[in-house]
Amino acid sequence: MIGAARIYRWEIAKLLAQKRTYLGLGAAMIVPVIFVVVLQLQSGGPNDVPLGRYIRDSGIVTPLVVLLFMSIWGFPLITALVAGDIVASETHNGTLKTILTRSRERGQVFAGKAMATLTYTFAIVVLMGVVGVVAGSAAFGFHSFTSLSGTPVSAGRGLGLMFASLLVYVLPLAGIAAFGLLLSTVTRNSAASVVGTLMFALFMQLLGVLPGTQAIRPYLLGTQFDAWHGFLRTPADWTPVIRAIWLSALYIVLPTIAAYLVFLRRDVAGE
Amino acid sequence: MSDAEPVVARGLVKRYGDIVAVAGVDLTVEAGDVFGYLGPNGAGKTTSLRMMLGLIRPTEGRVELFGRDPLVDGAKALDGVAGFVEGPRFYPYLSGRRNLRLLADYDEPVSRSRIEAVLELVELRDRAKDRVGGYSHGMRQRLGIAAALLRQPRLLLLDEPATGLDPAGMRDMRDLIRRLAGEGLTIVLSSHLLYEVEEVCNRVAIIGKGSIVYAGPLGELMATATSEYRLVTRDVERARAIALNQRGVADVVVAGDAIRFAADEDAVATLTVALGQARVPIMQLVTETASLEDLFLTLTGGESSDADRAAVAL
Repeated sequence: MIGAARIYRWEIAKLLAQKRTYLGLGAAMIVPVIFVVVLQLQSGGPNDVPLGRYIRDSGIVTPLVVLLFMSIWGFPLITALVAGDIVASETHNGTLKTILTRSRERGQVFAGKAMATLTYTFAIVVLMGVVGVVAGSAAFGFHSFTSLSGTPVSAGRGLGLMFASLLVYVLPLAGIAAFGLLLSTVTRNSAASVVGTLMFALFMQLLGVLPGTQAIRPYLLGTQFDAWHGFLRTPADWTPVIRAIWLSALYIVLPTIAAYLVFLRRDVAGE
Repeated sequence: MSDAEPVVARGLVKRYGDIVAVAGVDLTVEAGDVFGYLGPNGAGKTTSLRMMLGLIRPTEGRVELFGRDPLVDGAKALDGVAGFVEGPRFYPYLSGRRNLRLLADYDEPVSRSRIEAVLELVELRDRAKDRVGGYSHGMRQRLGIAAALLRQPRLLLLDEPATGLDPAGMRDMRDLIRRLAGEGLTIVLSSHLLYEVEEVCNRVAIIGKGSIVYAGPLGELMATATSEYRLVTRDVERARAIALNQRGVADVVVAGDAIRFAADEDAVATLTVALGQARVPIMQLVTETASLEDLFLTLTGGESSDADRAAVAL
């Protein structure tokens, strides 16, 4: 257990020593700022998306609207950047064989990588949320706003709902991260894994807008990115949230198990 | 401590589709050996070492390190074992010292002073705070040894540790290996150049095209090797006559003030005594060709590459 914790700590340290991690974290923080600046420079707003009309009511709305815009490819790309790289880069650099000839079992090494990927995924969403609410509040103030049901939400309660929304949003994103981890393990190629993961995310979104997919739409990974809307209704609608939890769990667990099994058995040879 | 042999490989085969990388390797490395694992590039040395370390799965056969199979026992099979294959690899964006700290945490905890001690041993302490990305090839090789020694191994598996080093680096590496062997470590050393390891190894296995073609003490191999000699003498004609009648001496030719011949060591010894008894003065006796190298090439059925020949010429 202590061994696993140590590996996890080093996986985080490795991420924090690589440029691509900062590229991802930086992108997650800069998007809400750009969003607010653009809204300051022009008078219109994203009126056609949920909550879009209330964007100038309160800074708390900013990260929620950014969530909508980043779910198509923004967050999937930032996630894939690290998830697709985390095993493949070590295969490419040959460091995988270096760490696999120490005392830790392959399973422990894999667990450390999976946990680090999840941590990163969580971090990009929370960072976007925090920066978004700060930038939004600086521009529009920290006020109460109107929920999706048209009822007023106090600023304090709104902040809580916003963070709850971020947490639910992390779930499908973690599903994309798990797919990236699988590609990273199987393809051993960082670029291919990053692109492949992004393609997977876009495909999931595309499935949802194709005609004739209404029946399966609630079960697609892309749909779960909107599950947090349930929190912003009065009374709160838990149905999409609960569906997002178990569906995302499937999207997370299945690729992770597949990646784990491949990682345990695979030949670790040079490029 | 177990009494099992440090390395026992039996019937080791690795196939990649139709390509046979290792065609059936049997090896036994005994405790205290400095074991040279020799063969030309592509003969299957690295692939066999990978199987020994549990990095790749043998298609057939098995490996045991101190009686434990990496496939069955996982990382526990590497207890007391350290080394690297295909050159040591590190995180280029971390310093040498941080790389070692990281690797130490993938093992049982070691003290910081132990890390400093191994850095000192491989003479990298001055550069330990720099990123490995900026290290020279030789420094990485040394850091690889340091990383292996952190585990306080009883068996060290080193794949081509001297490759790419300059002559001084090679000498340092040989000195280090000799020192470690002196401390009782069992060392397996692969190389595609015989002369690189002949000074430090007591036993060798020669692999060619995936199979072992010779395994045994280096001395025995040396003894079977016939070398060509050049003997400078004041009396070429009589020397030639005596050499022609000497058992084990062949291909005698006169070349100026010298005779050339092929013989093994024992035959050369007898010949010099015979010459002395016949009062033929010997001015010089030198080995003409490093024919152990030739023997190596014959055994492995290999053309050595031009680069190898150039290296041998050094």
